[in-house]
Amino acid sequence: MLFVTFVVVALLSLAPGSPAAVILGENATPEAVAALEANLGLDDPVWMQWLHWLQGAVTGDFGTSLVTNQGVLDSIVERLPVTLELAVLAQLMALIISIPMAFAAARRPGKIADRSANFVTSILLSLPAFVAAPLFVYFFAVQLGWFPVTGWTPLGDGIGANLQSAFLPAFCVALIEVASLQRILRSDLITTLREDYVVAARAKGLGGAYIMLRHAFRPSSFSLVTVAAIGFGRLLGGTIIVEAFFSLPGVGQLVSNAVNSRDLITVQGVVAFIAIIYVLLNTLVDVGYGMLDPRVRLAGAR
Amino acid sequence: MTEASASVPGLAQDAPVVPAARRSRSVLVWLSMAWLALIVFIAIFANLLPFASYATPVGMPRLGPSTSSFDQLFGLDGLGRSVISRLAYGTRVSLLVGALAGIAAMLIGTLLGLAAGYFRGKTETIIMYFTDAFLAFPPLVLLLAISAILLPSYNTLLLGLTVVVTPTFIRLARANTMTWAAREFVMAATNLGAGRLRIAFREVLPNVVPSVLAYFPTVVAALIVAEGSLSFLGLGIPSPTPSWGGLISDGKDFLRDSPFLVMIPSVAIFLTVFALNQVGDWARAKFDVTARD
Repeated sequence: MLFVTFVVVALLSLAPGSPAAVILGENATPEAVAALEANLGLDDPVWMQWLHWLQGAVTGDFGTSLVTNQGVLDSIVERLPVTLELAVLAQLMALIISIPMAFAAARRPGKIADRSANFVTSILLSLPAFVAAPLFVYFFAVQLGWFPVTGWTPLGDGIGANLQSAFLPAFCVALIEVASLQRILRSDLITTLREDYVVAARAKGLGGAYIMLRHAFRPSSFSLVTVAAIGFGRLLGGTIIVEAFFSLPGVGQLVSNAVNSRDLITVQGVVAFIAIIYVLLNTLVDVGYGMLDPRVRLAGAR
Repeated sequence: MTEASASVPGLAQDAPVVPAARRSRSVLVWLSMAWLALIVFIAIFANLLPFASYATPVGMPRLGPSTSSFDQLFGLDGLGRSVISRLAYGTRVSLLVGALAGIAAMLIGTLLGLAAGYFRGKTETIIMYFTDAFLAFPPLVLLLAISAILLPSYNTLLLGLTVVVTPTFIRLARANTMTWAAREFVMAATNLGAGRLRIAFREVLPNVVPSVLAYFPTVVAALIVAEGSLSFLGLGIPSPTPSWGGLISDGKDFLRDSPFLVMIPSVAIFLTVFALNQVGDWARAKFDVTARD
């Protein structure tokens, strides 16, 4: 994780043209630029800059944007709820759609339900957010008028209005997740359904739906949890596109604006922030296995 | 697109010619290959085909699609430029960027993965340390960071996309190398006194290449999507050079009145990514040893 943050700082120090020159404008004298660079510590070697940045970061100081003069952590915290809501909503939609699809497909592999589910997920995998967003906006917002075209209603203005403005953007990023979750769960379910204890349950005369939920779902859900968690991390970054398109005030918009105005300190802060969350999520998943599967828990205790 | 659908009956007639011993590919894979062949053809010969210049207006802005002239077949964009020619030249950019970055990443990734998987020890530790560090970033965030540092240009885009997918190839090549390096024929070569480099390149590498190649179409699909995402955010190839993501980005402001400006490049991206994924799935099932039961 330390190395990750070092990569971020090192990458940014490679940038041609110094931030100091950006602040002072095009007419600045070289001496003035050099003075400001020294002032900001930009002429230090890379590892010194990294140590400085790290020193700030552990105390919650991700630096201050040189363009907007706002603390980077402040602007992230201010915008995080929007992105979090989108990511949670998208992941929920993906789970709600993909789990029944996986059940239907795994019941009789290779038959019509399985094949059509496979066809649908192939299509979903080929619909990137930047293609899906304009298409859905055109059909559902412009033509049918079910949802607002762009914009964001905060949660404070009523949950209905809020969900209405969050539905389309979340749905656009959920599509690809649906496909990957369905495929993972389907193949795991098929493996689990071949186990002896499932055959035993069938022999006892238990119903197909009961076996699916009680016997097969939990042991088949590990890869699902892994992919969902990693997908959640990816969603935090993946909402950049829809936030830009729907002009939602989230972290993604912060980073794309920062990139466009070459506000490197903000970019650095946000990228490091997202990478840290991503790594933390992966660690959490490993812990989550133990909670889901007693076998993993006991193997550790032995 | 008309060419793609016109080639369907031809394919159906050709199908029985395939030797019975080989399992026939599904219709979908054939159609996908036909579509890919078509767009590669367009990308290579864009300047020989009768397209108008992609940079100069040929009529009034945002005229809808009509059959009155070839340039206007897919309509005219916000500046009156022919959408069909911008789409054709965009094919060139999108495919070239995807393929070049994919090839570069495949070469670098295979070599590093081979080194990590065969030589093990310190080499592996160092290579995998870097790989894991890069995999710790969500791909789009890493791409954004790279475009933030270097100004948007063709080379920046290539560099960024290569960096983003190289770790995938490293992991893939390493996993494959490890399974092959444990096989008897490698041990036989060691006992015959062959050098380590010779074994790595003459014995292991030829077996690793098919599995890695099988991932190539899927990775190119992901790269085309990534390039599109960046262009959509205005960080791709600078205008007036068209790319598919750039076309969608330009058209999205006219979504209400001229939806065709967004729909046409969207369909092109969708079909291409779909075709690449289909071909990729087929190639993986056929060539990737690790994906088989």
